[in-house]
Amino acid sequence: MDGPDIAWYLVVSALLFSIGTVGVLLRRSPLIVLLSLEIMLNAANLALIAFARLHGGTDGQVFALAVMAVAASEVVVGLGLIVAMARRRLPLDVDAFRVLRG
Amino acid sequence: MGNFLVWVIWFLAAFGCLASGIAVVTFRNPFYSALALIGNLGSLAVLYLLASAEFLAAAQVLVYAGAVMVMFLFVIAYLGDTAEAPFAGGPSWVSISAVVAAAAILVEIVVVIGLTAGDALSDAAEIQASFGSPGEIGRVFLTDQLLAFEITSIVLLVAAVGGVVLGTRTRAEEEADGRT
Repeated sequence: MDGPDIAWYLVVSALLFSIGTVGVLLRRSPLIVLLSLEIMLNAANLALIAFARLHGGTDGQVFALAVMAVAASEVVVGLGLIVAMARRRLPLDVDAFRVLRG
Repeated sequence: MGNFLVWVIWFLAAFGCLASGIAVVTFRNPFYSALALIGNLGSLAVLYLLASAEFLAAAQVLVYAGAVMVMFLFVIAYLGDTAEAPFAGGPSWVSISAVVAAAAILVEIVVVIGLTAGDALSDAAEIQASFGSPGEIGRVFLTDQLLAFEITSIVLLVAAVGGVVLGTRTRAEEEADGRT
């Protein structure tokens, strides 16, 4: 194929995934944790698309499309939770939340 | 010569998405992080295009960089000043162990893929011109992967209902606001 091999795509995907992991583990603002989760999901999407190209099947791309829909839903619910937290004047700090009770 | 151009564009996109990914994680202000994520999604769309996933590249720009990120920016603007100082007071054991854990995941991914796939990664399959086109994706989505399609629709419905439920003000909140 033109351009880099699939292995190059997978290297970028793995690097992006670990960058997202650092963000989720390191940052305390729930907004940035959500953004880092998006990075991780997109890294997985890149791997799915790279493997779909490797095997020449469309199923991987369809799976990536489903992942996009799940990511959009996750953002809706996550942002709803963050707005609800802000309305109750709770601190926007993931370390401050230790119970699920509302 | 065309091949060389593909390499150049590929490296620009890969560098762009890694650099903007690091920017998302390190910026103090969530607003700038969200803007950096838009750059990340845009350069990922270029990588998708080079892996002949045309429809997904378009969907990435429309759905992600368009709709999802606009919602993110609205919420960040609604919340106002939420900047934090993530690296204040030097590296703590929490931040060091976070980086170590992420590096461990990176090593695991590379080792596992290298051991199992290895040489098979260099010979990509021959594909037809219709690979990754909207028609092909739609055909597979509505025939072979119909169950995934239906489950996706239910997930979206549940998320929409959940967003409405989380967004409505409860009576207790209204009373609390009335008192203050």
